[in-house]
Amino acid sequence: MQRAATFILLLAALALPLIMRAFDLDYYTSFASRVMIFALAAGSLNLILGYAGMISFGHAAFVGVGTYTAGVMIIEGVPSALIGWPLAMLIAGLLALAIGAMSLRTRGVYFIMITLAFAQMIYYLTNSMKAYGGDEGLSLPGRSTLPLLDLKDDTSFYYVVLAILCVSMLLLSRLVASRFGRVIVAIRENEPRMEAIGYPTRRYKLVCFVIAGAFGGLAGALLANHGNYINPSILHWTQSGNLMIMVVLGGVGYRYGGLIGALTLLGLEEFIANHKVEWMADLWPKYQQHSLLGVGIILLVIVLYAPRGIAGWFDRSPRG
Amino acid sequence: MSVVLILEQSLNGLQFGLMLFLLAAGLTLVFGIMDMINLAHGSIYMIGAFLAATLVAATGSFALGVVLAIPATAAIGMLLEVSILRRLYARDHMSQVLATFALILICNEAVRIIWGSDMALGTPAALSGPIELMPGLFYPAYRLLVIGVGLTVAILLYFIVAKTRIGMRVRAGASNREMAAAMGVDIKLLFTLVFGFGAALCAVAGAMLGPIFAVQVGMGDNILILAFVVIVIGGIGSIRGALIGSVLVGFVDTFGRAFLPALLREILPPQIASAAGTALASILIYVLMAAVLFWKPQGLFPARG
Repeated sequence: MQRAATFILLLAALALPLIMRAFDLDYYTSFASRVMIFALAAGSLNLILGYAGMISFGHAAFVGVGTYTAGVMIIEGVPSALIGWPLAMLIAGLLALAIGAMSLRTRGVYFIMITLAFAQMIYYLTNSMKAYGGDEGLSLPGRSTLPLLDLKDDTSFYYVVLAILCVSMLLLSRLVASRFGRVIVAIRENEPRMEAIGYPTRRYKLVCFVIAGAFGGLAGALLANHGNYINPSILHWTQSGNLMIMVVLGGVGYRYGGLIGALTLLGLEEFIANHKVEWMADLWPKYQQHSLLGVGIILLVIVLYAPRGIAGWFDRSPRG
Repeated sequence: MSVVLILEQSLNGLQFGLMLFLLAAGLTLVFGIMDMINLAHGSIYMIGAFLAATLVAATGSFALGVVLAIPATAAIGMLLEVSILRRLYARDHMSQVLATFALILICNEAVRIIWGSDMALGTPAALSGPIELMPGLFYPAYRLLVIGVGLTVAILLYFIVAKTRIGMRVRAGASNREMAAAMGVDIKLLFTLVFGFGAALCAVAGAMLGPIFAVQVGMGDNILILAFVVIVIGGIGSIRGALIGSVLVGFVDTFGRAFLPALLREILPPQIASAAGTALASILIYVLMAAVLFWKPQGLFPARG
């Protein structure tokens, strides 16, 4: 059943640009790329948030560092994606290693706050990088390059993003199902016990944090290419909040939580901003300018009344 | 570096620190007693500033407008607590972070709908000029007022928390909520009051800082993070920690921005120094926080023993 659903979803994703081309709606191909990039970012956050139970409030730092790494490589004349994107993963992963090694000494609210503090540091550091636009950011001269494919074409870019998302999600779900993943979930459920059994729990959590950071960096590299600019606002703490929203909206600790959350949140924003609903406009002419009000209320209701997120609605089993 | 410059920056640091304290005091009590992360605290600060700007414009008097804004903001804060935040106490931290993050979005948009993106709130005319504190040291009169208000409120707060019966209950709640409840403290009511009190302090800070920064949507988003840095440094739940943390953050931030680029210019080539100086100055308080957490994971003055 689930396998069939995945298959249909994949077919639909493969066909999407062709259908959009046929109806002259190419804009939505680009929009779908954006959704998939955020699905990757939220999916990587879901690994630490959902499976490992570490409430990191600084994930935007890893995404942002990926954005800057890929962007700077393009600006500095090394546009090859085969170099730039793995480098973005590497640097984001190393950053996660440094931040995680220090943050994981604390727990609870202090962990939330210290990850936030580190993310703020990176935010202000990018703000002060005058050579790369400072607080205003910089437009990129072009997208990264790949052999055989032209990433400047939105459709090719879409397929590359789709392929990366599929491979990443496959890797992440294999990881969660592996022995490593079981240990991580067990640490979430009962850390003292796992420690007593003899697992080096902090090292497990750190590895998990680094993997999530690296995939966040990959999402960032794609994001730089998608929008063709680098900008510190992607590292602002509210972006970390947005990524958390996506994860919780979609379903914390569910395989498709990040994807569903990104699709729902971005889709909702897109829908409210660009599609005038007549009866809504009759009630309140300016409602489209205040889409965040709706997003806020929906999020509040979800957190208060449906904490398992959208994926939780389809899941009858007790949470495992 | 002249003495005058150092004195001037000290006053700036003190002023910023005291205003941070007004925000951090409410936040740390909410955090300490109910173990609740309230990101919407910055939104209440914003609402306080907008209310103050409206009431100042309506009454034509700065003092009267600010004084009226305080109970109004406290009422909004208590309403928020009773209607929404109360449901979150028993939930995990992530739910609290997200629900209050949602409240930020809602408050920002609600303010934008009611008032627009920004409002004018000028310094009162009588205080618009500088005062010569000592030969060569001119300091804006309004900032002196801010320091005066900050000191007064800090002393008042200390007195209430340290010397009165309700303050004793608040401290009891912060150090051990269950035990305080078992000894007959009505925690629910106490908390609504504390929340209203925190909101009132937000209004003071919002109104006083309004003319210095700007009264605009999102003004609470960044200062909120600073307030969190303060209470984490000071120790969650501790008023004393919040005061010392605030002043520390105020001074470190102000002095870092004022002197670090110049200091670095002495040892580094000028171009690198100015870039590194600004970068370093803006992250200094986060470095401070990380260092404090590294050596004292519970903050400088932990409320729970």
